[in-house]
Amino acid sequence: MSRETASHVRYIDRTRAYYEAEGYAKPYGWAHFDSIAFTPFASVGKPLSQCRVGVVTTSEMARRGVEAEPDDLRRLVYALPTDIPVEDLRSRKEAYDRYATTLDDVDSYLPLTHLHRFVAEGKIGAVAPRFQMIYSEYSHRKTLTIDAPEILKQMREDRVDVAVLTAV
Amino acid sequence: MSLAARHLEENGIPTVVFGCARDIVEHCGVPRFVFSDFPLGNPTGKPYDLDMQREVLTLGLDLLANATVPGTTVVTPYEWSADHSWKDKVLTKAQPFLDPEATRKWLESKEAYRALKAAGKI
Repeated sequence: MSRETASHVRYIDRTRAYYEAEGYAKPYGWAHFDSIAFTPFASVGKPLSQCRVGVVTTSEMARRGVEAEPDDLRRLVYALPTDIPVEDLRSRKEAYDRYATTLDDVDSYLPLTHLHRFVAEGKIGAVAPRFQMIYSEYSHRKTLTIDAPEILKQMREDRVDVAVLTAV
Repeated sequence: MSLAARHLEENGIPTVVFGCARDIVEHCGVPRFVFSDFPLGNPTGKPYDLDMQREVLTLGLDLLANATVPGTTVVTPYEWSADHSWKDKVLTKAQPFLDPEATRKWLESKEAYRALKAAGKI
């Protein structure tokens, strides 16, 4: 086993090497910041058992059995209700490790079943009525000025207290 | 995704990110991160392993409630497999990240997006 396989995959290095070999001269500039915003959970002012949990994912979900909408060329944030059973959802995401795994089990990347169970068990207060899909974007500007503000707007409308984000 | 987490957090909503690309998420910097050393695709537990999925989600909720400093990473205690060879060919010519059809769609959508942007429609 190489040293690298003994620890996590360095995707930034791998991506750089991969696309250099494909002829792309300029490496992708992955987002980087020197400081990290932090909203202490205590500021919510209530325990998790009373919090409404919002969910965001990059898994590009669609409903099964419903004719797929044409691809949105603008790749804007969209939402689906969280009360759809996961069996009725499927991922349209193509960028994942298709050699090693599958996206067949929704709860392995969008844990709606478990969140609903946690509500029933009183661990969290509620799940927001809808969850948001955000595309993995090349443009930091689009994510920061268009997509993230839209998610914030929807979460405020839904009175979300805390957010779970899953990167597929 | 990391940028969205930062934006929510800056605007008063505590966040936790679940992911499998540790270097990318930590390079950006997010308030709270649950890292699984798994192939890209299953950040909240192995497919069909309900107990593991529940544990991973619990780690994230605990982190939401208990983290005291920004940039906290929790590493889940699970291995994808005893054999780590799945990592060897990630993003190599032997295993292109996207299949040819997905690559074609990606390039097409990139061009379409550029055209929309140039036309001031986004």
